[in-house]
Amino acid sequence: MRTHTLIASVLLCFLAICTRPTPVSADSAGELVSGIAQKSFSKKAAAVEKLASSGNENAALILNALMQGNLYRVKTDSTRVVLVLSEEGSLKISDPVTGAEFPSLTKSDLKKIRINNKVRSAIKAGLGRLDLTHIDPDRRLSAAAAVFKSGDPTMLPVLEELLSKEQDEHVKSAFKIAVASLQLINGQDKKIRLKAVETLQDAGGQEVKGLLSKAALQLATEKSEGSAEIAKAVEKALASVDRQLATYGMVENLFQGLSLGSVLLLAAIGLAITFGVMGVINMAHGEMVMIGAYTTYVIQETCRLYMPGVLDYSLIVAIPLAFLVSGLFGILLERSVIRFLYGRPLETLLATWGISLILQQFVRTIFGPTNKEVSTPSWLSGAWEITSGLSVTYNRLAIIVFALLVLFFLMLVLKKTLFGLQMRAVTQNRMMARSMGVRSASVDALTFGLGSGVAGMAGVALSQIDNVSPNLGQAYIIDSFMVVVFGGVGNLWGTLVGAGSLGIVNKFLEPYSGAVLAKILVLVAIILFIQKRPRGLFALKGRSVEG
Amino acid sequence: MPALSNNSTEKGPFVSLLADLPGGGKAFMGILLAATLYIIIGNVWIPADSFFHVPTYMVSLLGKYVCYALLALSVDLIWGYCGILSLGHGAFFALGGYAMGMYLMRQIGDRGVYGNPDLPDFMVFLNWQELPWYWFGFDSFIFAALMVMLVPGLLAFVFGWFAFRSRVTGVYFSIITQAMTYALLLAFFRNDMGFGGNNGLTDFKDILGFDLRADGTKIGLFCGSVIALLVGYLVCVYITQSKFGRVLIAIRDAESRARFTGYRVEFYKLTVFVISAVLAGIAGAFYVPQVGIINPSEFSPANSIEIVIWVAVGGRGTLWGAVLGAVLINWGKSYFTGALPDAWLYMLGGLFVFSTLVLPKGIVGTVPLWAEKIKRRIALKSSAADTGVK
Amino acid sequence: MEMQVSKKTSDAISSILYLDGVSVSFDGFKALNDLSFVVEPGQMQAIIGPNGAGKTTMMDVITGKTRPDEGEVYFRDNFDLTQLDEARIANLGIGRKFQKPTVFESHTVFDNLELSLKGDKGPFATLFASLTEMDRSRIEDVLETIRLSEKKDWLAGELSHGQKQWLEIGMLLMQDPELLLVDEPVAGMTDAETVQTAELLRLIAKTHSVVVVEHDMEFVRSLKCRVTVLHEGHVLAEGSLDKVSNDPQVIEVYLGR
Repeated sequence: MRTHTLIASVLLCFLAICTRPTPVSADSAGELVSGIAQKSFSKKAAAVEKLASSGNENAALILNALMQGNLYRVKTDSTRVVLVLSEEGSLKISDPVTGAEFPSLTKSDLKKIRINNKVRSAIKAGLGRLDLTHIDPDRRLSAAAAVFKSGDPTMLPVLEELLSKEQDEHVKSAFKIAVASLQLINGQDKKIRLKAVETLQDAGGQEVKGLLSKAALQLATEKSEGSAEIAKAVEKALASVDRQLATYGMVENLFQGLSLGSVLLLAAIGLAITFGVMGVINMAHGEMVMIGAYTTYVIQETCRLYMPGVLDYSLIVAIPLAFLVSGLFGILLERSVIRFLYGRPLETLLATWGISLILQQFVRTIFGPTNKEVSTPSWLSGAWEITSGLSVTYNRLAIIVFALLVLFFLMLVLKKTLFGLQMRAVTQNRMMARSMGVRSASVDALTFGLGSGVAGMAGVALSQIDNVSPNLGQAYIIDSFMVVVFGGVGNLWGTLVGAGSLGIVNKFLEPYSGAVLAKILVLVAIILFIQKRPRGLFALKGRSVEG
Repeated sequence: MPALSNNSTEKGPFVSLLADLPGGGKAFMGILLAATLYIIIGNVWIPADSFFHVPTYMVSLLGKYVCYALLALSVDLIWGYCGILSLGHGAFFALGGYAMGMYLMRQIGDRGVYGNPDLPDFMVFLNWQELPWYWFGFDSFIFAALMVMLVPGLLAFVFGWFAFRSRVTGVYFSIITQAMTYALLLAFFRNDMGFGGNNGLTDFKDILGFDLRADGTKIGLFCGSVIALLVGYLVCVYITQSKFGRVLIAIRDAESRARFTGYRVEFYKLTVFVISAVLAGIAGAFYVPQVGIINPSEFSPANSIEIVIWVAVGGRGTLWGAVLGAVLINWGKSYFTGALPDAWLYMLGGLFVFSTLVLPKGIVGTVPLWAEKIKRRIALKSSAADTGVK
Repeated sequence: MEMQVSKKTSDAISSILYLDGVSVSFDGFKALNDLSFVVEPGQMQAIIGPNGAGKTTMMDVITGKTRPDEGEVYFRDNFDLTQLDEARIANLGIGRKFQKPTVFESHTVFDNLELSLKGDKGPFATLFASLTEMDRSRIEDVLETIRLSEKKDWLAGELSHGQKQWLEIGMLLMQDPELLLVDEPVAGMTDAETVQTAELLRLIAKTHSVVVVEHDMEFVRSLKCRVTVLHEGHVLAEGSLDKVSNDPQVIEVYLGR
């Protein structure tokens, strides 16, 4: 039920904005407008104020017209105000309220309504007020922010009045902050100003910090009642806001790090299987990611052509399909090349590098060398605002969740399925597994397919945050290897920890050193780390490893 | 199976070195010298309209191949003989190149675009006021030549010291060498590093007072490269023929046996890795004046992997096979990137797969293998008859 | 068959090898558990035990491949082996033969022995090394001992399994160690080869201390030496083969099965 009323009210609002003239308020509006035609500038200003606070839908239009000098008074009828617009060379003279045209009137019948600075500022204030009372809460929010920014003291009474009427919580708090800012800077009453500082401190954020710094400067030279006390409060508030901002910064970094980590995790999980479980160095792993991304692109374009209605959900379709396509490429690769190279890791490395060159060129031949765009579906656009000044984008959040889900399912496959059991068996003792009736060749192929398929799914995720180009995989291959090597081979938990810590360390270094240097530092750190623990963080120990 | 003689070292190292060049070594040196001689004659004395004339651009191109050949040789020394697969050898090459590039940069003097006698153009452009400390000394050719060897050698020493001592082997080593060159790539891209950022060092004017654009200088550089290659080759031959070289092979085949036999494997690996890096650095130093530019892309991991494939195609563990592979593939690259630009990457990729699957010993390793098989069959028959006589 | 291997002056030394309370665990699994055991100079000692008894791990600990979690390992009373790496330990005078014969397959038999020759094994020494007449005759002697004189120019990779085992023992002899650790020397050998190997080891034992790890009871019997039985990383029994094979505990865990 509630949604229905909501829709109905939204529709009504919509209609109210669209349909003009509005017969109900026409009369009173006419009266208000005619006030503008008065000679005295102060009376004009009063009329403007009145019009702005009337809640009339056309008020903004009329005030703007007045500001631009498009309003005229009819010489013969001093209360009639008309709007004059030039359209295709000819003048169009109409009633600003009803929109009714006056074809009989000519320019010589009219006299421009003049304004001075006083009227002009009244108009500005009026327009600001109009936005503050706008039906769309977003408009009200931005209007409040504008007031905050301008620090226009004339808005204070308006805001205070509106604050008491405001229903929307978001808008209300924005109004409060704006009011507090005006009170602090322009107020005289010590109590009110102290209260304002408190409100601002609670609000926090970068802008508040700026305002408080400004207030601190102002208070230093001010000689009003209790300015020293207020200055102290401002100082305290400033410190608190700084702390809060630092915390947000940390959280932001952490999130950025987790986001990078989840991308690395997605790219590295597949590698952890092919490298960790099978001992195969697959330099073409990045290309499996790239193929997944291109699959996403193809599906999106297919949807756009044939089923535009489901375009928003093409990403979901792409996940299993990318898995399949990359997985099939992987199986093909294993059957045609890699199976001849088991036990010769260095040769595998070279051969798969060759394959990666071929795949890149293949994709370049088909799709061209330029970046392809995979659009973000509407349900993943935007950001989740946790508090003011702290928000996380949905697509990055989705990738984190997706990465963890993939990891979880993969572990499930390895631990709980027959295929997983066979895979582990073949890894540990190929001959024994064979003699127990495990078809090791098909297990190899499927394992490789699984690793590649997961890489394909990583491609779906990467298509959301990176350019889809033939070089997509190259950008991630070294980092993925670092994750696997750092985390420890043959251990998915290690991959998780490795990816997470690499991502976070990288993002925490960035503010101090810059992105490139952070990356270099991380690489150097890993190179040093491998010297200390050649088998990674979560290495298996024991005799079997030595062989 | 008749052994390669054990007593090579008895005659005094160098005489025996030339006398006992391993499989095809004499032929290789002969062909290389003859070709060099022809190229010089063909360029200088044979008239330009003759079919046998070698144009100067060709001399520089061949000079580039010779540098690549020396680089391939350095990779073969560690990979073919000690089983160390470095995917970061391009870094040593590039460092040698940068050291030479810095010398050439200083030689420009005030002839740069900004005409600043104290600072290279890119530093003026970045508004730097004075030369960074690490640029001092590069006015001197001797100093630069020393750095060409010292910088790659030192990096190899530090890197190898950590890696080999902690017994980072096999693919792990390969991957971290790749990370090393990748890190250097990123670092040299930065303008703050003071190596010209993404443009690198270029616009060189002259070397040791000779104009780099002059034909004579180009031929001189080409000859220098050939001499470097020959000396590098002989050094590698000496190393691999010595007991040291046999220890390397022992480490390659059975590392733990070598340890339990009393060899400090890490010292051997470190020594040969440093020698190899120095060779790569020298190759880079000859490369830069001939191509006229050095930029960070030389550090890209793809470049380093490509070097490995030259060696693989030519034949690892054969030394001159690496030279052959480097020249063949680079010639193919020059030809096909011109004629069929789209096909080249397919071919290069295919080459990687083909050489590992079908030609694991490379051209030089595979062809004689067939020949030897036939020979041995004959030898077996005759030796059976011989022992009867004895 | 004259051996040029000189016997070290070991009068002052009470033990060649001394292990006390050595424990090693891999991920919670105790491969060695409070293992204590002594090899006296000039002694030959056989070590037997079921699979997983810790025999190979013990070898790893002695040769520096694996570091013990606790316990002491001393060579000739005063070299702490837990602090040294494989190469140093080898140069001190401990030679090890692996379970799986490990030789340098792409070198000739002769080169294999030359590489094992005792002497300075640093990179610079080998870079400028040349073979003296004395070294050559020593290699010839060992070739004789291991019966591979005929095949000295063969590549080691072309030898039969048994010949590789012998070559490996020959390589140990070239190192002239005081203590030889020999892991399953007759695995995969024919009966005739086994007999010859036992003979070879007894010969070597005259001038060296030898520790032999073996499964083959007949072979151990033919060595005529002291026997130590390992079980779950711990010494179960020690003494002559007859004595330990009558030990009820040993029968239960090993021989009885």
